[in-house]
Amino acid sequence: MTADTLSAAPAHTTVRKVTGRRVLRSEWAKFWSLRSSWITLGVALFLLMLFGAIASATYSPDALPSDGPPGPGAGGDSDAVSLALTGVTFASLAVGVLGVLLSAGEYSTGMIRSTLAAVPRRLPVLWSKSAVIGVIALVCTTIAALAAFQLGALGLDGEKIALSLGDDGVLRSLAGAGAYLGLVAVFGVALGVLIRSSAGAIAALVGILLILPGLASLLPDSWYDTMNPYFPSNAGAAVYALQESSDALSPGAGLAVFAGWVALTLAGAAYRLVRTDA
Amino acid sequence: MIEARELTKRYGDKTVVDHLSFTVKPGEVTGFLGPNGAGKSTTMRMIIGLDSPTAGSVTINGRSYAKHGSPLHEIGTLLEAGSVHPGRTAFNHLMALAYTHGISRRRVDEVIELAGLGSVAGKRVGAFSLGMGQRLGIAAALLGDPAIVMLDEPVNGLDPEGVLWVRNLLSGLADEGRAVMLSSHLMGETALIADHLVIIGRGRLLADTTVDDFVREAGGGGVKVATAEAGKLRSLLAGPDVTISSSSAEELLVSGRNAREIGAIAAEHGVALYELTPQSVSLEEAFMELTHDAVEYHSASADTERKAA
Repeated sequence: MTADTLSAAPAHTTVRKVTGRRVLRSEWAKFWSLRSSWITLGVALFLLMLFGAIASATYSPDALPSDGPPGPGAGGDSDAVSLALTGVTFASLAVGVLGVLLSAGEYSTGMIRSTLAAVPRRLPVLWSKSAVIGVIALVCTTIAALAAFQLGALGLDGEKIALSLGDDGVLRSLAGAGAYLGLVAVFGVALGVLIRSSAGAIAALVGILLILPGLASLLPDSWYDTMNPYFPSNAGAAVYALQESSDALSPGAGLAVFAGWVALTLAGAAYRLVRTDA
Repeated sequence: MIEARELTKRYGDKTVVDHLSFTVKPGEVTGFLGPNGAGKSTTMRMIIGLDSPTAGSVTINGRSYAKHGSPLHEIGTLLEAGSVHPGRTAFNHLMALAYTHGISRRRVDEVIELAGLGSVAGKRVGAFSLGMGQRLGIAAALLGDPAIVMLDEPVNGLDPEGVLWVRNLLSGLADEGRAVMLSSHLMGETALIADHLVIIGRGRLLADTTVDDFVREAGGGGVKVATAEAGKLRSLLAGPDVTISSSSAEELLVSGRNAREIGAIAAEHGVALYELTPQSVSLEEAFMELTHDAVEYHSASADTERKAA
Protein backbone atom coordinates (compact mmCIF):
# COMPACT_ATOMS: atom_id res chain seq x y z
CA MET A 1 0.00 0.00 0.00
CA THR A 2 2.95 2.29 0.36
CA ALA A 3 4.97 3.51 -2.55
CA ASP A 4 7.72 1.04 -1.64
CA THR A 5 5.74 -2.01 -2.69
CA LEU A 6 5.33 -0.39 -6.06
CA SER A 7 8.77 -1.36 -7.25
CA ALA A 8 7.52 -4.93 -7.11
CA ALA A 9 5.05 -4.08 -9.83
CA PRO A 10 6.95 -4.59 -13.08
CA ALA A 11 8.07 -8.14 -12.73
CA HIS A 12 6.40 -11.41 -13.47
CA THR A 13 3.73 -10.65 -16.00
CA THR A 14 4.27 -12.60 -19.15
CA VAL A 15 2.48 -10.97 -22.04
CA ARG A 16 -0.07 -13.34 -23.57
CA LYS A 17 -2.65 -12.58 -26.19
CA VAL A 18 -6.39 -12.49 -25.71
CA THR A 19 -7.74 -15.68 -27.29
CA GLY A 20 -11.17 -17.19 -27.63
CA ARG A 21 -10.26 -19.87 -25.12
CA ARG A 22 -9.13 -17.30 -22.56
CA VAL A 23 -12.30 -15.25 -22.99
CA LEU A 24 -14.29 -18.45 -22.54
CA ARG A 25 -12.36 -19.17 -19.35
CA SER A 26 -13.10 -15.67 -18.13
CA GLU A 27 -16.82 -15.90 -18.86
CA TRP A 28 -16.95 -19.30 -17.18
CA ALA A 29 -15.39 -17.78 -14.06
CA LYS A 30 -17.71 -14.79 -14.24
CA PHE A 31 -20.77 -17.02 -14.38
CA TRP A 32 -19.89 -19.05 -11.31
CA SER A 33 -18.63 -16.07 -9.28
CA LEU A 34 -22.07 -14.47 -9.03
CA ARG A 35 -24.53 -15.58 -6.40
CA SER A 36 -27.42 -14.69 -8.71
CA SER A 37 -26.25 -17.32 -11.22
CA TRP A 38 -26.42 -20.08 -8.63
CA ILE A 39 -29.80 -18.93 -7.36
CA THR A 40 -31.41 -18.55 -10.77
CA LEU A 41 -30.02 -21.84 -12.04
CA GLY A 42 -31.17 -23.53 -8.85
CA VAL A 43 -34.64 -22.07 -9.23
CA ALA A 44 -34.85 -23.30 -12.83
CA LEU A 45 -33.86 -26.84 -11.88
CA PHE A 46 -36.11 -26.82 -8.83
CA LEU A 47 -39.14 -25.66 -10.83
CA LEU A 48 -38.48 -28.24 -13.52
CA MET A 49 -38.38 -31.10 -11.04
CA LEU A 50 -41.08 -29.81 -8.69
CA PHE A 51 -43.76 -29.25 -11.31
CA GLY A 52 -42.97 -32.54 -13.02
CA ALA A 53 -43.24 -34.41 -9.75
CA ILE A 54 -46.47 -32.68 -8.69
CA ALA A 55 -48.13 -33.09 -12.08
CA SER A 56 -47.28 -36.78 -12.12
CA ALA A 57 -48.25 -37.37 -8.51
CA THR A 58 -51.62 -35.68 -8.88
CA TYR A 59 -52.40 -37.32 -12.22
CA SER A 60 -55.73 -39.05 -12.42
CA PRO A 61 -56.91 -40.61 -15.67
CA ASP A 62 -60.51 -39.51 -15.04
CA ALA A 63 -59.82 -35.87 -14.34
CA LEU A 64 -61.41 -33.27 -16.56
CA PRO A 65 -58.99 -31.05 -18.42
CA SER A 66 -59.82 -28.06 -16.19
CA ASP A 67 -58.83 -29.99 -13.07
CA GLY A 68 -55.49 -30.97 -14.43
CA PRO A 69 -52.22 -29.26 -13.72
CA PRO A 70 -51.30 -26.33 -15.96
CA GLY A 71 -49.13 -26.72 -18.99
CA PRO A 72 -48.91 -29.30 -21.71
CA GLY A 73 -49.64 -32.12 -19.28
CA ALA A 74 -53.25 -31.08 -18.79
CA GLY A 75 -56.11 -32.97 -20.30
CA GLY A 76 -56.87 -36.49 -21.20
CA ASP A 77 -54.07 -36.99 -23.73
CA SER A 78 -51.34 -36.83 -21.09
CA ASP A 79 -48.35 -39.06 -21.27
CA ALA A 80 -45.72 -39.63 -18.63
CA VAL A 81 -43.17 -37.44 -20.41
CA SER A 82 -45.43 -34.43 -20.85
CA LEU A 83 -46.41 -34.64 -17.20
CA ALA A 84 -42.77 -34.85 -16.14
CA LEU A 85 -41.98 -31.84 -18.30
CA THR A 86 -44.84 -29.69 -16.99
CA GLY A 87 -42.24 -27.37 -15.46
CA VAL A 88 -40.45 -26.60 -18.72
CA THR A 89 -42.40 -23.37 -19.25
CA PHE A 90 -41.45 -22.09 -15.82
CA ALA A 91 -37.90 -23.33 -16.11
CA SER A 92 -37.59 -21.65 -19.50
CA LEU A 93 -38.33 -18.29 -17.90
CA ALA A 94 -35.74 -18.93 -15.20
CA VAL A 95 -32.96 -19.99 -17.59
CA GLY A 96 -33.90 -17.16 -19.94
CA VAL A 97 -33.52 -14.73 -17.06
CA LEU A 98 -30.22 -16.40 -16.26
CA GLY A 99 -29.02 -15.59 -19.78
CA VAL A 100 -30.29 -12.03 -19.53
CA LEU A 101 -28.53 -11.50 -16.20
CA LEU A 102 -25.27 -12.73 -17.67
CA SER A 103 -25.35 -10.19 -20.49
CA ALA A 104 -27.69 -7.28 -19.71
CA GLY A 105 -26.51 -7.51 -16.10
CA GLU A 106 -23.13 -6.26 -17.32
CA TYR A 107 -24.74 -3.25 -18.92
CA SER A 108 -26.85 -2.34 -15.91
CA THR A 109 -23.90 -2.61 -13.53
CA GLY A 110 -21.29 -1.02 -15.81
CA MET A 111 -19.17 -4.21 -15.79
CA ILE A 112 -19.40 -4.22 -19.58
CA ARG A 113 -16.84 -1.39 -19.72
CA SER A 114 -14.29 -3.53 -17.89
CA THR A 115 -15.18 -6.52 -20.05
CA LEU A 116 -14.84 -4.71 -23.36
CA ALA A 117 -11.68 -2.93 -22.26
CA ALA A 118 -10.17 -6.38 -21.75
CA VAL A 119 -11.64 -7.79 -24.98
CA PRO A 120 -11.93 -4.86 -27.38
CA ARG A 121 -12.80 -7.11 -30.30
CA ARG A 122 -16.05 -7.65 -28.42
CA LEU A 123 -17.57 -10.56 -30.35
CA PRO A 124 -15.64 -13.25 -28.44
CA VAL A 125 -17.47 -12.02 -25.35
CA LEU A 126 -20.87 -12.71 -26.92
CA TRP A 127 -19.87 -16.12 -28.24
CA SER A 128 -18.28 -17.09 -24.93
CA LYS A 129 -21.25 -15.99 -22.85
CA SER A 130 -23.55 -17.94 -25.18
CA ALA A 131 -21.40 -21.04 -25.05
CA VAL A 132 -20.97 -20.97 -21.29
CA ILE A 133 -24.62 -20.47 -20.49
CA GLY A 134 -25.84 -22.75 -23.29
CA VAL A 135 -23.74 -25.68 -22.13
CA ILE A 136 -24.44 -25.16 -18.44
CA ALA A 137 -28.20 -24.87 -19.02
CA LEU A 138 -28.23 -27.82 -21.43
CA VAL A 139 -26.38 -30.16 -19.09
CA CYS A 140 -28.12 -29.12 -15.88
CA THR A 141 -31.65 -29.05 -17.25
CA THR A 142 -31.23 -32.37 -19.06
CA ILE A 143 -30.25 -33.93 -15.75
CA ALA A 144 -33.16 -32.18 -14.03
CA ALA A 145 -35.55 -33.39 -16.72
CA LEU A 146 -34.34 -36.96 -16.17
CA ALA A 147 -34.83 -36.47 -12.45
CA ALA A 148 -38.31 -35.05 -13.00
CA PHE A 149 -39.20 -38.06 -15.11
CA GLN A 150 -37.92 -40.51 -12.50
CA LEU A 151 -39.73 -38.65 -9.71
CA GLY A 152 -42.84 -38.66 -11.87
CA ALA A 153 -42.51 -42.40 -12.46
CA LEU A 154 -42.94 -42.91 -8.72
CA GLY A 155 -46.19 -40.94 -8.82
CA LEU A 156 -47.46 -42.75 -11.91
CA ASP A 157 -46.61 -46.20 -10.66
CA GLY A 158 -49.39 -48.54 -11.78
CA GLU A 159 -51.12 -45.98 -14.00
CA LYS A 160 -51.63 -47.08 -17.56
CA ILE A 161 -49.72 -44.10 -19.00
CA ALA A 162 -46.59 -44.96 -17.02
CA LEU A 163 -43.42 -45.20 -19.09
CA SER A 164 -39.84 -46.07 -18.39
CA LEU A 165 -36.66 -44.38 -19.62
CA GLY A 166 -36.09 -47.19 -22.07
CA ASP A 167 -39.38 -46.65 -23.86
CA ASP A 168 -39.51 -45.23 -27.32
CA GLY A 169 -38.78 -41.51 -27.55
CA VAL A 170 -38.56 -40.90 -23.80
CA LEU A 171 -34.86 -40.11 -23.68
CA ARG A 172 -35.14 -38.08 -26.87
CA SER A 173 -37.90 -35.95 -25.33
CA LEU A 174 -36.06 -35.39 -22.09
CA ALA A 175 -32.86 -34.47 -23.91
CA GLY A 176 -35.01 -32.27 -26.16
CA ALA A 177 -36.19 -30.36 -23.10
CA GLY A 178 -32.57 -29.81 -22.13
CA ALA A 179 -31.69 -28.68 -25.66
CA TYR A 180 -34.64 -26.29 -25.71
CA LEU A 181 -33.75 -24.81 -22.31
CA GLY A 182 -30.10 -24.48 -23.30
CA LEU A 183 -31.15 -22.51 -26.36
CA VAL A 184 -33.53 -20.38 -24.27
CA ALA A 185 -30.59 -19.40 -22.08
CA VAL A 186 -28.61 -18.35 -25.18
CA PHE A 187 -31.71 -16.49 -26.35
CA GLY A 188 -31.64 -14.62 -23.04
CA VAL A 189 -27.97 -13.67 -23.54
CA ALA A 190 -28.73 -12.39 -27.03
CA LEU A 191 -31.76 -10.40 -25.90
CA GLY A 192 -29.70 -8.90 -23.09
CA VAL A 193 -26.95 -7.71 -25.44
CA LEU A 194 -29.51 -6.47 -27.92
CA ILE A 195 -31.62 -4.54 -25.39
CA ARG A 196 -28.91 -3.76 -22.81
CA SER A 197 -31.36 -3.58 -19.94
CA SER A 198 -32.23 -6.44 -17.64
CA ALA A 199 -35.82 -5.34 -17.18
CA GLY A 200 -36.35 -4.71 -20.88
CA ALA A 201 -34.77 -7.99 -21.93
CA ILE A 202 -36.76 -10.00 -19.39
CA ALA A 203 -39.95 -8.32 -20.59
CA ALA A 204 -39.04 -9.19 -24.18
CA LEU A 205 -38.27 -12.76 -23.17
CA VAL A 206 -41.63 -13.24 -21.44
CA GLY A 207 -43.42 -11.48 -24.27
CA ILE A 208 -41.87 -13.63 -26.97
CA LEU A 209 -42.04 -16.98 -25.20
CA LEU A 210 -45.38 -16.68 -23.40
CA ILE A 211 -47.49 -13.83 -24.71
CA LEU A 212 -46.76 -13.88 -28.45
CA PRO A 213 -48.52 -17.22 -29.15
CA GLY A 214 -51.58 -16.02 -27.23
CA LEU A 215 -51.69 -12.66 -28.98
CA ALA A 216 -51.37 -14.40 -32.33
CA SER A 217 -54.73 -16.07 -31.80
CA LEU A 218 -56.21 -12.67 -32.66
CA LEU A 219 -54.99 -13.19 -36.21
CA PRO A 220 -57.34 -14.62 -38.84
CA ASP A 221 -57.62 -18.38 -38.39
CA SER A 222 -55.88 -19.37 -41.59
CA TRP A 223 -52.83 -17.21 -40.77
CA TYR A 224 -52.79 -18.40 -37.20
CA ASP A 225 -52.84 -22.06 -38.17
CA THR A 226 -49.94 -21.55 -40.55
CA MET A 227 -47.80 -19.43 -38.25
CA ASN A 228 -48.54 -20.98 -34.89
CA PRO A 229 -46.07 -23.89 -35.03
CA TYR A 230 -43.25 -21.48 -35.90
CA PHE A 231 -43.51 -19.23 -32.86
CA PRO A 232 -40.39 -19.70 -30.72
CA SER A 233 -42.03 -21.38 -27.75
CA ASN A 234 -44.26 -23.60 -29.93
CA ALA A 235 -41.35 -24.71 -32.07
CA GLY A 236 -39.48 -25.36 -28.83
CA ALA A 237 -42.36 -27.37 -27.37
CA ALA A 238 -42.21 -29.64 -30.41
CA VAL A 239 -38.61 -30.50 -29.48
CA TYR A 240 -39.56 -32.12 -26.19
CA ALA A 241 -43.04 -33.49 -27.04
CA LEU A 242 -43.23 -37.27 -26.89
CA GLN A 243 -46.10 -37.50 -29.34
CA GLU A 244 -46.05 -35.37 -32.45
CA SER A 245 -49.35 -33.61 -32.79
CA SER A 246 -50.75 -32.85 -36.20
CA ASP A 247 -50.57 -29.05 -35.78
CA ALA A 248 -46.98 -28.98 -34.53
CA LEU A 249 -43.56 -29.41 -36.10
CA SER A 250 -41.52 -32.58 -35.80
CA PRO A 251 -38.88 -32.51 -33.04
CA GLY A 252 -36.06 -32.00 -35.51
CA ALA A 253 -37.87 -29.23 -37.38
CA GLY A 254 -38.89 -27.61 -34.09
CA LEU A 255 -35.28 -27.59 -32.93
CA ALA A 256 -34.14 -26.09 -36.22
CA VAL A 257 -36.82 -23.39 -36.13
CA PHE A 258 -36.15 -22.42 -32.53
CA ALA A 259 -32.38 -22.46 -33.13
CA GLY A 260 -33.09 -20.21 -36.11
CA TRP A 261 -34.86 -17.69 -33.88
CA VAL A 262 -31.97 -17.76 -31.43
CA ALA A 263 -29.42 -17.37 -34.23
CA LEU A 264 -31.34 -14.41 -35.62
CA THR A 265 -31.40 -12.72 -32.23
CA LEU A 266 -27.71 -13.48 -31.74
CA ALA A 267 -26.94 -11.89 -35.11
CA GLY A 268 -28.82 -8.76 -34.05
CA ALA A 269 -26.98 -8.76 -30.73
CA ALA A 270 -23.62 -9.17 -32.48
CA TYR A 271 -24.40 -6.27 -34.79
CA ARG A 272 -25.38 -3.99 -31.93
CA LEU A 273 -22.41 -5.07 -29.81
CA VAL A 274 -19.88 -4.26 -32.51
CA ARG A 275 -21.51 -1.22 -34.03
CA THR A 276 -22.68 0.85 -31.10
CA ASP A 277 -20.73 2.50 -28.31
CA ALA A 278 -20.60 0.54 -25.09
CA MET B 1 2.39 6.94 -25.66
CA ILE B 2 -1.14 8.07 -26.42
CA GLU B 3 -1.60 10.21 -29.50
CA ALA B 4 -4.95 11.82 -30.24
CA ARG B 5 -5.31 13.51 -33.60
CA GLU B 6 -8.31 15.70 -34.41
CA LEU B 7 -10.40 13.44 -32.22
CA THR B 8 -14.08 14.32 -32.55
CA LYS B 9 -17.26 12.86 -31.08
CA ARG B 10 -20.73 14.08 -31.90
CA TYR B 11 -24.04 12.87 -30.55
CA GLY B 12 -26.61 14.16 -33.00
CA ASP B 13 -25.81 17.85 -33.34
CA LYS B 14 -24.09 18.04 -29.98
CA THR B 15 -20.32 18.02 -30.26
CA VAL B 16 -18.84 16.55 -27.12
CA VAL B 17 -15.23 16.29 -28.26
CA ASP B 18 -14.14 18.75 -30.90
CA HIS B 19 -10.99 18.20 -32.99
CA LEU B 20 -8.89 17.35 -29.98
CA SER B 21 -5.20 16.64 -30.48
CA PHE B 22 -2.73 15.89 -27.73
CA THR B 23 0.05 13.50 -26.78
CA VAL B 24 0.67 11.66 -23.54
CA LYS B 25 4.37 10.93 -23.29
CA PRO B 26 6.23 8.23 -21.38
CA GLY B 27 7.90 9.24 -18.14
CA GLU B 28 5.50 12.02 -17.30
CA VAL B 29 2.20 12.45 -15.58
CA THR B 30 -0.23 14.23 -17.85
CA GLY B 31 -3.17 15.90 -16.17
CA PHE B 32 -6.29 15.93 -18.31
CA LEU B 33 -8.39 18.76 -17.01
CA GLY B 34 -11.71 20.31 -17.73
CA PRO B 35 -14.91 21.24 -15.99
CA ASN B 36 -17.68 18.68 -15.71
CA GLY B 37 -19.09 17.92 -19.12
CA ALA B 38 -15.96 19.06 -20.94
CA GLY B 39 -15.62 15.71 -22.69
CA LYS B 40 -12.89 14.12 -20.55
CA SER B 41 -14.62 10.81 -19.97
CA THR B 42 -15.78 10.57 -23.57
CA THR B 43 -12.22 11.15 -24.73
CA MET B 44 -10.93 8.43 -22.43
CA ARG B 45 -13.65 6.07 -23.60
CA MET B 46 -12.56 6.69 -27.18
CA ILE B 47 -8.93 6.01 -26.25
CA ILE B 48 -9.81 2.47 -25.18
CA GLY B 49 -12.37 1.93 -27.90
CA LEU B 50 -15.53 1.89 -25.80
CA ASP B 51 -16.84 4.73 -27.96
CA SER B 52 -15.83 5.13 -31.56
CA PRO B 53 -14.84 8.62 -32.72
CA THR B 54 -17.04 10.44 -35.22
CA ALA B 55 -13.85 11.74 -36.82
CA GLY B 56 -10.13 11.73 -36.11
CA SER B 57 -8.19 8.98 -34.43
CA VAL B 58 -6.36 8.02 -31.31
CA THR B 59 -3.57 5.50 -31.02
CA ILE B 60 -1.92 3.66 -28.15
CA ASN B 61 1.75 2.97 -28.86
CA GLY B 62 1.04 3.53 -32.53
CA ARG B 63 -2.07 1.38 -32.99
CA SER B 64 -5.70 1.75 -32.17
CA TYR B 65 -6.68 0.02 -28.94
CA ALA B 66 -8.71 -2.77 -30.52
CA LYS B 67 -5.79 -3.74 -32.78
CA HIS B 68 -3.66 -4.76 -29.82
CA GLY B 69 -3.51 -8.48 -29.17
CA SER B 70 -3.19 -8.01 -25.43
CA PRO B 71 -4.54 -4.55 -24.66
CA LEU B 72 -4.30 -4.77 -20.87
CA HIS B 73 -0.53 -5.02 -21.21
CA GLU B 74 -0.41 -1.86 -23.34
CA ILE B 75 -2.59 0.44 -21.28
CA GLY B 76 -4.26 -0.02 -17.93
CA THR B 77 -7.35 2.01 -17.31
CA LEU B 78 -9.22 3.12 -14.25
CA LEU B 79 -12.65 3.50 -15.74
CA GLU B 80 -15.36 5.73 -14.38
CA ALA B 81 -16.63 4.51 -11.02
CA GLY B 82 -19.00 1.58 -11.13
CA SER B 83 -17.49 -0.38 -13.99
CA VAL B 84 -17.64 -3.47 -11.83
CA HIS B 85 -20.37 -5.98 -11.06
CA PRO B 86 -21.30 -5.32 -7.42
CA GLY B 87 -22.16 -8.97 -6.82
CA ARG B 88 -18.65 -10.23 -7.48
CA THR B 89 -15.80 -10.17 -4.99
CA ALA B 90 -12.81 -7.96 -5.70
CA PHE B 91 -10.64 -11.02 -6.22
CA ASN B 92 -13.08 -12.65 -8.61
CA HIS B 93 -13.47 -9.42 -10.56
CA LEU B 94 -9.72 -9.11 -11.07
CA MET B 95 -9.43 -12.83 -11.79
CA ALA B 96 -12.11 -12.60 -14.51
CA LEU B 97 -10.12 -9.83 -16.20
CA ALA B 98 -6.87 -11.72 -15.70
CA TYR B 99 -8.21 -14.87 -17.40
CA THR B 100 -8.77 -12.99 -20.68
CA HIS B 101 -5.04 -12.33 -20.91
CA GLY B 102 -3.80 -15.49 -19.22
CA ILE B 103 -2.46 -13.36 -16.36
CA SER B 104 -1.43 -15.44 -13.37
CA ARG B 105 -3.22 -15.61 -10.07
CA ARG B 106 0.01 -14.46 -8.47
CA ARG B 107 -0.18 -11.17 -10.33
CA VAL B 108 -3.78 -10.73 -9.17
CA ASP B 109 -2.69 -11.23 -5.56
CA GLU B 110 0.12 -8.78 -6.19
CA VAL B 111 -2.08 -5.93 -7.41
CA ILE B 112 -4.51 -6.60 -4.57
CA GLU B 113 -1.67 -6.06 -2.11
CA LEU B 114 -0.39 -3.09 -4.08
CA ALA B 115 -3.79 -1.42 -3.91
CA GLY B 116 -4.14 -2.15 -0.22
CA LEU B 117 -7.17 -4.38 -0.72
CA GLY B 118 -5.74 -7.47 0.96
CA SER B 119 -8.26 -7.52 3.78
CA VAL B 120 -11.33 -6.98 1.58
CA ALA B 121 -10.43 -8.98 -1.53
CA GLY B 122 -12.97 -11.66 -0.63
CA LYS B 123 -15.80 -9.16 -0.09
CA ARG B 124 -18.39 -8.36 -2.66
CA VAL B 125 -17.71 -5.08 -4.43
CA GLY B 126 -21.24 -3.82 -3.74
CA ALA B 127 -20.27 -3.39 -0.10
CA PHE B 128 -17.22 -1.29 -0.96
CA SER B 129 -16.86 2.37 -0.11
CA LEU B 130 -16.13 4.79 -2.93
CA GLY B 131 -12.47 4.84 -1.93
CA MET B 132 -12.15 1.05 -1.95
CA GLY B 133 -13.86 0.97 -5.32
CA GLN B 134 -11.24 3.40 -6.63
CA ARG B 135 -8.48 1.22 -5.26
CA LEU B 136 -10.00 -1.80 -6.99
CA GLY B 137 -10.14 0.15 -10.24
CA ILE B 138 -6.49 1.09 -9.86
CA ALA B 139 -5.61 -2.53 -9.11
CA ALA B 140 -7.39 -3.51 -12.34
CA ALA B 141 -5.47 -0.83 -14.24
CA LEU B 142 -2.14 -2.21 -13.02
CA LEU B 143 -3.06 -5.85 -13.65
CA GLY B 144 -1.27 -6.11 -16.99
CA ASP B 145 1.76 -4.14 -15.80
CA PRO B 146 1.14 -1.72 -18.68
CA ALA B 147 3.47 0.92 -20.08
CA ILE B 148 0.60 3.42 -20.04
CA VAL B 149 -1.76 4.02 -17.17
CA MET B 150 -4.88 6.10 -17.69
CA LEU B 151 -7.09 7.02 -14.77
CA ASP B 152 -10.44 8.77 -14.81
CA GLU B 153 -10.78 10.86 -11.65
CA PRO B 154 -8.50 8.65 -9.56
CA VAL B 155 -8.70 10.62 -6.33
CA ASN B 156 -12.46 10.86 -6.40
CA GLY B 157 -13.82 9.63 -3.09
CA LEU B 158 -10.42 8.88 -1.57
CA ASP B 159 -9.53 9.99 1.93
CA PRO B 160 -6.40 12.13 2.41
CA GLU B 161 -4.26 9.04 2.95
CA GLY B 162 -5.65 7.55 -0.26
CA VAL B 163 -4.99 10.76 -2.17
CA LEU B 164 -1.40 10.72 -0.99
CA TRP B 165 -1.13 7.07 -1.98
CA VAL B 166 -2.37 7.79 -5.50
CA ARG B 167 0.00 10.73 -5.80
CA ASN B 168 3.00 8.61 -4.82
CA LEU B 169 1.85 5.71 -6.94
CA LEU B 170 1.47 7.80 -10.07
CA SER B 171 4.74 9.65 -9.72
CA GLY B 172 6.39 6.29 -9.05
CA LEU B 173 4.88 4.89 -12.24
CA ALA B 174 6.09 7.89 -14.23
CA ASP B 175 9.57 7.56 -12.71
CA GLU B 176 9.67 4.00 -14.02
CA GLY B 177 9.22 5.52 -17.47
CA ARG B 178 5.53 4.84 -17.92
CA ALA B 179 3.12 7.30 -19.45
CA VAL B 180 0.50 8.33 -16.93
CA MET B 181 -2.65 10.21 -17.78
CA LEU B 182 -5.20 11.24 -15.22
CA SER B 183 -8.35 13.23 -15.58
CA SER B 184 -9.69 15.63 -13.02
CA HIS B 185 -11.80 18.71 -12.66
CA LEU B 186 -9.63 19.92 -9.79
CA MET B 187 -6.67 22.02 -10.86
CA GLY B 188 -5.07 22.29 -7.44
CA GLU B 189 -4.93 18.54 -6.90
CA THR B 190 -3.74 17.84 -10.41
CA ALA B 191 -0.95 20.42 -10.25
CA LEU B 192 0.52 18.47 -7.33
CA ILE B 193 0.70 15.22 -9.32
CA ALA B 194 1.10 16.19 -12.95
CA ASP B 195 4.04 17.39 -15.02
CA HIS B 196 2.05 18.21 -18.10
CA LEU B 197 -1.44 19.64 -18.51
CA VAL B 198 -3.99 19.15 -21.24
CA ILE B 199 -6.94 21.40 -20.50
CA ILE B 200 -10.19 21.13 -22.40
CA GLY B 201 -13.50 22.94 -22.28
CA ARG B 202 -16.58 21.96 -24.25
CA GLY B 203 -14.53 19.29 -25.96
CA ARG B 204 -11.92 21.66 -27.32
CA LEU B 205 -8.29 22.02 -26.43
CA LEU B 206 -7.75 25.14 -24.32
CA ALA B 207 -4.19 24.63 -23.19
CA ASP B 208 -1.44 22.09 -23.73
CA THR B 209 1.26 23.21 -21.35
CA THR B 210 3.45 22.22 -18.44
CA VAL B 211 2.41 22.72 -14.87
CA ASP B 212 5.37 25.04 -14.34
CA ASP B 213 4.37 27.30 -17.22
CA PHE B 214 0.78 27.32 -16.14
CA VAL B 215 1.76 28.30 -12.58
CA ARG B 216 4.06 31.04 -13.85
CA GLU B 217 1.42 32.50 -16.09
CA ALA B 218 -1.16 32.34 -13.36
CA GLY B 219 1.19 34.11 -10.93
CA GLY B 220 0.88 37.78 -12.02
CA GLY B 221 -1.82 39.12 -9.76
CA GLY B 222 -0.24 42.38 -8.57
CA VAL B 223 0.74 43.54 -5.09
CA LYS B 224 -1.52 44.92 -2.45
CA VAL B 225 -0.05 47.84 -0.48
CA ALA B 226 -1.55 49.57 2.54
CA THR B 227 -0.19 52.93 3.75
CA ALA B 228 -1.41 56.18 5.34
CA GLU B 229 0.23 58.13 2.52
CA ALA B 230 -1.46 56.46 -0.38
CA GLY B 231 -1.45 59.54 -2.58
CA LYS B 232 2.28 60.13 -2.16
CA LEU B 233 3.17 56.50 -2.75
CA ARG B 234 1.03 56.38 -5.86
CA SER B 235 3.03 59.15 -7.50
CA LEU B 236 6.33 57.59 -6.37
CA LEU B 237 5.49 54.25 -7.91
CA ALA B 238 4.14 55.57 -11.17
CA GLY B 239 5.96 54.42 -14.27
CA PRO B 240 5.39 53.41 -17.90
CA ASP B 241 4.30 49.79 -17.27
CA VAL B 242 2.78 50.33 -13.89
CA THR B 243 -0.94 50.38 -13.21
CA ILE B 244 -2.27 51.30 -9.82
CA SER B 245 -5.78 51.05 -8.56
CA SER B 246 -7.18 51.59 -5.12
CA SER B 247 -10.09 50.14 -3.34
CA SER B 248 -9.98 52.42 -0.28
CA ALA B 249 -8.16 55.54 0.91
CA GLU B 250 -5.28 53.57 2.39
CA GLU B 251 -4.96 50.70 -0.07
CA LEU B 252 -3.36 50.38 -3.47
CA LEU B 253 -3.23 47.47 -5.87
CA VAL B 254 -0.07 47.74 -7.91
CA SER B 255 0.83 45.72 -10.93
CA GLY B 256 4.04 46.16 -12.90
CA ARG B 257 6.26 46.33 -9.83
CA ASN B 258 7.00 43.51 -7.46
CA ALA B 259 6.78 43.65 -3.69
CA ARG B 260 10.54 44.06 -3.31
CA GLU B 261 10.67 47.15 -5.55
CA ILE B 262 7.69 48.73 -3.86
CA GLY B 263 9.19 48.15 -0.40
CA ALA B 264 12.51 49.65 -1.47
CA ILE B 265 10.89 52.77 -2.98
CA ALA B 266 8.71 53.30 0.08
CA ALA B 267 11.70 52.98 2.46
CA GLU B 268 13.77 55.36 0.37
CA HIS B 269 11.10 58.03 0.67
CA GLY B 270 10.17 57.34 4.26
CA VAL B 271 6.68 56.09 3.55
CA ALA B 272 5.48 53.69 6.23
CA LEU B 273 3.76 50.55 4.89
CA TYR B 274 1.25 48.58 6.91
CA GLU B 275 0.88 45.78 4.40
CA LEU B 276 2.72 44.54 1.35
CA THR B 277 1.18 41.39 -0.10
CA PRO B 278 1.77 39.77 -3.51
CA GLN B 279 -1.63 38.77 -4.88
CA SER B 280 -1.13 35.40 -6.47
CA VAL B 281 -4.08 34.17 -8.41
CA SER B 282 -4.80 30.64 -7.28
CA LEU B 283 -4.38 27.86 -9.81
CA GLU B 284 -8.02 27.03 -9.39
CA GLU B 285 -9.01 30.61 -10.30
CA ALA B 286 -6.70 30.68 -13.28
CA PHE B 287 -8.16 27.38 -14.42
CA MET B 288 -11.72 28.62 -13.99
CA GLU B 289 -10.94 31.79 -15.86
CA LEU B 290 -9.44 29.80 -18.71
CA THR B 291 -12.35 27.42 -19.02
CA HIS B 292 -14.95 30.11 -18.40
CA ASP B 293 -13.59 32.23 -21.24
CA ALA B 294 -13.62 29.24 -23.52
CA VAL B 295 -17.23 28.53 -22.77
CA GLU B 296 -18.23 32.10 -23.62
CA TYR B 297 -16.02 32.15 -26.66
CA HIS B 298 -17.50 28.86 -27.77
CA SER B 299 -21.13 29.88 -27.60
CA ALA B 300 -20.44 33.13 -29.43
CA SER B 301 -18.34 32.05 -32.35
CA ALA B 302 -17.67 28.36 -32.40
CA ASP B 303 -19.24 27.78 -35.76
CA THR B 304 -17.32 30.41 -37.66
CA GLU B 305 -14.10 29.44 -35.92
CA ARG B 306 -14.61 25.81 -36.88
CA LYS B 307 -15.18 26.61 -40.49
CA ALA B 308 -11.99 28.63 -40.56
CA ALA B 309 -9.95 25.80 -39.11
